[in-house]
Order: sequence, then structure tokens, then C-alpha cells
Amino acid sequence: MMDADPDTDRFEEMPDHLQSGLTQNPLEKIWVPWMSSRLSRRRGSSVPQFTNSPTMIVMVGLPARGKTYISKKLTRYLNWIGVPTKVFNVGQYRREACQSYKNFEFFRPDNEEAMKIRKACALSALKDVSIYFSQDHGQVAVFDATNTTCERREVILFFAKENGYKVFFVESICDDPEIIAENIKQVKLSSPDYLNCDKEEAVADFLKRIECYKVTYIPLDDDKDRNLSYIKIFNVGSRYLVNRVQDHIQSRIVYYLMNIHVTPRTIYLCRHGESELNLVGRIGGDSGLSPRGNKFAAALGKYIRSQCIPDLRIWTSHMKRTIQTAEAVGVTYEQWKALNEIDAGVCEEMTYEEIQENFPEEFALRDQDKYRYRYPKGESYEDLVQRLEPVIMELERQENVLVVCHQAVMRCLLAYFLDKSAGELPYLKCPLHTVLKLTPVAYGCKVESVFLNVEAVNTHRDRPVCDEPQCSQTPPLRHSRAQPMASPAPTKAPCLEDLGLTELSLENVSVDRDAEDALVTVPDHI
Amino acid sequence: MSACLQRDTGLSGSAEAKRAEPRANEKKCSWASYMTNSPTLIVMIGLPARGKTYMSKKLTRYLNWIGVPTKVFNLGVYRREAVRSYKSYDFFRHDNEEAMKIRKQCALVALQDVKVYFNEEGGQIAVFDATNTTRERRDLILNFVKENAYKVFFVESVCDDPDVIAANIMEVKVSSPDYPEAHRERVMDDFLKRIECYKVTYQPLDPEDYDKDLSFIQVMNVGRRFLVNRVQDYIQSKIVYYLMNIHVHSHSIYLCRHGESDHNLQGRIGGDSELSPRGKQFAAALREFIEEHGLSDLKVWTSQLRRTIQTAEALGVPYEQWKILNEIDAGVCEEMTYDMIQSTFPEEFALRDQDKYHYRYPGGESYQDLVQRLEPVIMELERQGNVLVVCHQAVMRCLLAYFLDKSADDLPYLKCPLHTVLKLTPVAYGCKVELFHLNVEAVNTHRDRPLPRVAGGCMNPCVKESTLTAQKKLLTASASE
Repeated sequence: MMDADPDTDRFEEMPDHLQSGLTQNPLEKIWVPWMSSRLSRRRGSSVPQFTNSPTMIVMVGLPARGKTYISKKLTRYLNWIGVPTKVFNVGQYRREACQSYKNFEFFRPDNEEAMKIRKACALSALKDVSIYFSQDHGQVAVFDATNTTCERREVILFFAKENGYKVFFVESICDDPEIIAENIKQVKLSSPDYLNCDKEEAVADFLKRIECYKVTYIPLDDDKDRNLSYIKIFNVGSRYLVNRVQDHIQSRIVYYLMNIHVTPRTIYLCRHGESELNLVGRIGGDSGLSPRGNKFAAALGKYIRSQCIPDLRIWTSHMKRTIQTAEAVGVTYEQWKALNEIDAGVCEEMTYEEIQENFPEEFALRDQDKYRYRYPKGESYEDLVQRLEPVIMELERQENVLVVCHQAVMRCLLAYFLDKSAGELPYLKCPLHTVLKLTPVAYGCKVESVFLNVEAVNTHRDRPVCDEPQCSQTPPLRHSRAQPMASPAPTKAPCLEDLGLTELSLENVSVDRDAEDALVTVPDHI
Repeated sequence: MSACLQRDTGLSGSAEAKRAEPRANEKKCSWASYMTNSPTLIVMIGLPARGKTYMSKKLTRYLNWIGVPTKVFNLGVYRREAVRSYKSYDFFRHDNEEAMKIRKQCALVALQDVKVYFNEEGGQIAVFDATNTTRERRDLILNFVKENAYKVFFVESVCDDPDVIAANIMEVKVSSPDYPEAHRERVMDDFLKRIECYKVTYQPLDPEDYDKDLSFIQVMNVGRRFLVNRVQDYIQSKIVYYLMNIHVHSHSIYLCRHGESDHNLQGRIGGDSELSPRGKQFAAALREFIEEHGLSDLKVWTSQLRRTIQTAEALGVPYEQWKILNEIDAGVCEEMTYDMIQSTFPEEFALRDQDKYHYRYPGGESYQDLVQRLEPVIMELERQGNVLVVCHQAVMRCLLAYFLDKSADDLPYLKCPLHTVLKLTPVAYGCKVELFHLNVEAVNTHRDRPLPRVAGGCMNPCVKESTLTAQKKLLTASASE
């Protein structure tokens, strides 16, 4: 690194092109200019930021067309890849405003009083959208409502224009009565609106509700709306109409929406069997399975066969231990380099004790912000998420899949399916010899944990302990650029998360901590 | 550590390995190609001058680059073979029975060639570039596909903007072999009449009824609007994504490496060293270069390694760092000189020279891995306008191979010297390349292919300093049918 003179005046006298002294941010290992020049903006991020103006995604469609399903799923995906996104569900605002729902009459187009309330709710939600963008560093807001009239869409377009937001419509069109009936069954019957209702009554009422909307529904028009940016989804994805995609994020959204489906299926996630390096507490490397690991592989084969899964795809990484594990299942498998374990750079094949001894500062930094910490000459969890995005995209396309991978990788994949924040992700428990069975259900994912009864070492390091219980719940420092977070709960009140600094002294993460303190979270090994 | 020439199952020596190996070798090596099982026929549809050939060639270039063997079958080429000289648009009148016979025959011959390409030449995707504007013709193709158990995906280009059509005609039809004297007005006139002949019998895809079970994308008005129907699989989904991201606006892409680094001076590969004094001079020269060229809205991208960032810092404009633009990871060989690699890992060194594209450094990457890593960069370059990418030797070779349609064989030997900027401008069906040596001396980091190549073909864009147009396999801009 160039010798930057502590006397800043002299340094600033040097012509710009010689001030090429860079300094490396110790946490993420990103090079940034030593002196702040007039161009200094925080440029350090593992992925370029392509979103400039905030974007509103506006859902359009009759009830029970999957708008909320799409809203939630899209939001989960965008947050996972690092674009702060939040859903604003107008139905929830309405439920807050009118304490109890009586029946479909509320939705009759001639019910003036109700109309007033509904419009007020929409405006209140829009107001929260602008707070989310201007104060909460949001990038994308998903406006989840029927938005079935031109008038309502005009209100939204006007609001967006006033505030300099981009707008992208997502219209879901479906006339298959079976699909609609299934939707009603899966998510409407359990809605707070129908809490104490008899099932048949609820269905009948809901169908009448849909009829109310049909009267005034005007779909996006090929001609009149030709200057708007939108995607129309027909019959749960058999056909799409895409108009005027404006930018990178809209293009990614379109790609994602075109790859998801609702066919029931199951995803199995597990790690390779216990490896030789696992046994001695070393991270990374490319070792083979231990004897117990081999036992697990056999047990996995047996388990998979017992599940009688039709058309199961099996994916592994390029590392020996996952391949050996998959071999035992006896079905063809595909290898993805993208599924390789996180690259620990200079710390590859070390034990945590050795890392503490040789790189105590690095070890502490990692505990300070495990998600964004990048090993020297290695990767961070954040890098891993970017690397795994094509895997997630393909998992969405596929049906039944078994993914045999690694601890950090499995945490990232799990965080996607279970909508975990960047703060939680690196601490998700993914023990060896345990299969997680994920089944999509309603708006989320059911998880079953199946331990295959073969003992293994524990490789999990908990978040370092701190004195105050809330500490570990605080999300990591939020910087000016995008950072993945869990989709904030879609409540009416704006999210008033505690964004304050984590007091490092309360957590056992200080660079000056004792070796003994540092190693408290390290599990036992040979 | 075992040599990693191809996808390594990681099993060495044991009986298990022997059992596993044959199965492992059956697996197709390319990460993308595994996901295409049956070969796929992509069928273009559209009136003349709707960009079918443009899309065919571009799509083919992209698919080959990501590792899916793809080839274009342009019916116009077959027709020109069958009918030695083109006289006038009368050939295309739908009541010209003799011509109709010839044209149908050409289609059948082309389909036979598709079959050979799939069954005998290892092809995965064939792009059938023709107007295919009648249901009759498309039914013929559908029968062919069904008989042979291929998948089929239609790409229809619909355009009613007269300015776009006129511009297309001027750009590619005027230089077509059909119009040797290229008298502009005559060409325009004849070609427009040719289009009219097709319009009479044109039956666009009908998503509501007749064609609702087909898999296709309709591209409307050069990408303003798309209709996508029944995407069947991974590769069709990627094709749709690609077609939705390309545009035809004029723009230029500038590729260069970082300035000479300290490691370069020492002959070391990889690492994260700083710019040498000459490297810093280059950065300054690059700044002047940008100013001279007065590029509005130029985006600058770098990797996350020091040397590219230092180079970009000197430019005085905002830039974005991409980790995926980092140089190829040489694994255990990082920061060694080639001499050190030769003495420490002689076997690895030899293996690399045997198949430089597929060879993966132990604990590191291969060029093939690099291509996969760079795919989002290419996709974003397609979306953007003017971009300057400050990167590294291996990375630049991969990007260049995409733009200039270089094979996996040629890619690792493309010449990308230090202190040289390549300016790529899309033109007609290809890419114009201009080379700018920025007059700052640097070491040479290029290793030539070890054995002389017998068969020709590696057109080195970096050899000459004058403007040259990269040679394409089908040099002539082809009119459809």
C-alpha cells in the first residue's frame, strides 16, 4: 500500500491519479480509496447495486389469484439476494380499520361507506411505502391489493410519479375454477376474516366477494396501458405477457416470476456425511467420509428409497464428501461447483483454535459480523448467497430435489426457504446426518427434521454469548447499501426495528478478547 | 493432489472410485448442457427484416459460449445454393409454383442437416432461421420434431414500426449476396415488395387457440413487449431471459486489463498486488483516453482486486466493483511464476497445456468455471449502454470470446496484452473491434499455445492495430429464404 503521509495536506496536493492508495476494509476485504475524494461514495459491495430509484411492484387481480402468494415469495427472494423489500398488504390495513368482518356485502361496489374506508386504507398503505423508502432504506415495495380498477391504478401511478418511484405491475389472471377453489381452501379459510365460520359458508361468502370485484374489474389493457411496465401471468404461469421492462431489477423480477410454479413437491436438504476433517475439527478442505460418514450415506440411501419420491433429482457439490454421500444413494446425481463449501481462504483446513492462534483479529471480526465477514483470500456468506442464486433459481424450476451440500451452503439455502435474515443466517443449525424435508404450504414452507440415527461430531458455533439477552437479536449494523434481511412482518405500523449499534463490548467479539473467550463457542473435536 | 483436468469426482484409487468413474464420466461436463436432455429445435418466425437472423446468430453465440453446442441453419443460404442467382422479388410470390417447390425442398434439406447435427455431431440446439410464416410450414416442422423426439421452441419477431424495418434493410439487406450491386434504392424497393409477398400468407402464432399448446416467445417491436407461452425447461427459460435482455441500441464496450502490476513485473500469476509505476502511467493514459472519446454515461466496472481498482481510481469517475470479475483462481499455484509451477507441479503444468480451457488448477478454477462465473456480467453488458470493463487476462479472454464468437479451443490463447484497450461495437450481425495501444510499455504476460496449430482459424483481433471486423463463419449477411 502506498505510504499515505499522515499529513493530509501534503497528500491532497498530489495529483489525483497518484492518489491511488487503497485501503482494505478489514471485515469484507474490499478495497476502497484511502482518502475521500470528491467521488468517494461507499463503493464496497460484493455485488454492484443496480437499483437507483426505489421501485413499487403493484399487484393486480381478482381475489384468490395468488397475488399474496406471489408478493410474499418475490419479497423473500429479493431480500435474500440483497434488495431490501417489503410487502404492504392492504387487506391487513382494512382489517385494522374495521375490527370485524361480517360478510361479502362490505365489498359491494355500491357500498359507499365501505368504499371510503377501503380507499383510506390504500392511501395509508401508500404513505407507509414512502416512509419505507425514505426512512427505512427500502428499495422495493410490493403493493399487495386487487388494484382492479383504472382509477385505483391512476392513484398509485400519480403517487409514484410525485415521489420519483418506478412502478412495475404484476397482474395475475386465472379462470380455472379448480385452481381458484384450491386457493380458497389453502389460504382463505384460515384468514382472520373467516375465523369462526363454517367451511362451506366461508367458501360461499368468498365466491360472492369475488363477484363484487368482477363487476368493476378492468385488466391491464394492451393498448391503453402500453406505456406501463408490467407482466401479466396467465393461469399460474402457462403464459406471460411482458411489457416495457425498464431496468435490471425488473428484468430479474420477471425472470424469477417466470421460473416459479405451484406444483406440489418436496425439497430435501442435507450435508455430506461426517468427513475426516470434521472429526478433527478442521474447516474446509476436500477430505473423504469418515466411517460414520459412510454409515450415514448408506442410511441416506435407505431413507430416500423409503420415501418413494417420483423423479427425484440429486445435486451435490464438486467436493469429495458430497459426491461420496450421493454415490451411496444409487441414483444419478448432478454436480454443481456453485454448491461447494464457503472458501475459507488462508484459513482452509485449520481448526478454530489454529485460526485463533494465527489470526485472532480475523476470528474476532468474523464473530462481529459473520454474514459479511470475508476470509482473507476467501469468501463471505454474502458472496455465497450470490454464488447460490442460480441454484435457487433452478430449485424453483424443479420439482423433487435432494441437495447434498455443506454447512454454510445449507444455511444459505435454508435462509432462502425459511425467510431468515442476514443476522440469523450464519447461525442456523444444520447438523450433520440430519435431513431437512421442506414442503411448500400456503404462504410458507413446512420443515421436517429427520435425524438418520448415525452419530456425528457437532460443527456448529453459536453466536458468541453476551450479557444482555437482546443483544443477539439485534440485526447487524445496517450500512447505506443493500443488505439482505428477512421480509419485515407485514404489519400496519411501520417497522420500528432497533437499528442501533451493537455494543461490541457486551458480546464476546472484541478483537482484544482472550483466546479462551474466543474459543468458548468452538465445539469439541479430536 | 490429483490432477483436475475435468470435473473431478474426487475419488482417487479406491475400488469405489473405479466403480464410480464410468458413471461419473457419463455425466455431461458442461454445467449448462446437463439440463438439456432432448435436443431442442428453435424455430424463428417472422416476415423478412424482423431481426430473425440477428437474433439467431446472437442467441447461438451466447449458447455456445455458455457451453451448449448450438448451430444456425439459415434457409436463405440453402436457397442461394439451390438457385444460383437471385433475380427479383418475383421468386417469392406465393403463386410462383416452381419457386415454392424449390423453397420447400430447401427446408427439407435443412431439416435433414439438423438431424445429422443432433444425432451425429453432438449438437444440442439447432436454430432454424427462416420466415416459417405459414401454419403449413410450421406443421411440417412439428411433424419432423415429433418423429425424432426433439423439443421445439418458437421465436416469433413481430414488428410494425416502419423506421425499424427500413433501418434493418439498410443495415443488412443492402450488403446481402442477393443484391450484389447494392444500389440502395433498388434494394429497398425490391425488398419491400418481397415482404409484401410474404404478408399475403403470413399466419402469426395464435396463443389463444391454434398454437396455445406450443412453447414460444413472441418478441414485439424489438423487445418492447414479449408474450411467453409454456416454457418447458431450463434452457428455454434461459433463452427467454437472454432474448428479453438484449437490445439493438448502438453502444460500445471497452475491455482492458488493469495497469501492469508488481506481480506482472516478477512474472507471478494471480495474487492481489499493486500497480507498478508503469501501471500507474497506464491508468493516467486511460483517463485521457476516456476524455478524448467523450463517452457519455460511461459505466466503469472493475474486479475486487487492488490492481483494477487502482486503475479505475485514476479515471476520476464512479465505478462498480464485481467480485465475479476477479482473475481466475490459480489455487495452489497462486502467486507462483510459471517456472515455479513447472518445477513444483510439472504434471499440472503439462496437463494445463493439454487442455487449457477445461484444466482446473488444484484448489482453483478453470476457464470453463470462469465462463460460468462471468455469465451475469455478460447478461448485464447486454442490458447496458457504454461500459468500460477493467479486468484481468483470463477474464478478458472469456469476455472477448463471447463477443467475437471464439471457441473454447481458441479462448485461452486470445491475445489480451497489458496497456491495450479493445473497443467492441456491434455492427450488422457481428462485432467491430478496434485496438488501442495506450503507448505505455509493459511486460508481456501471454503464453502461446505450445504446439503449432495446423488447421487455421484463430483470428487474432489483437494482432493488427488497425480497425478490423472480426470474421464470422457466415460472412455474408444472409437474407431469409
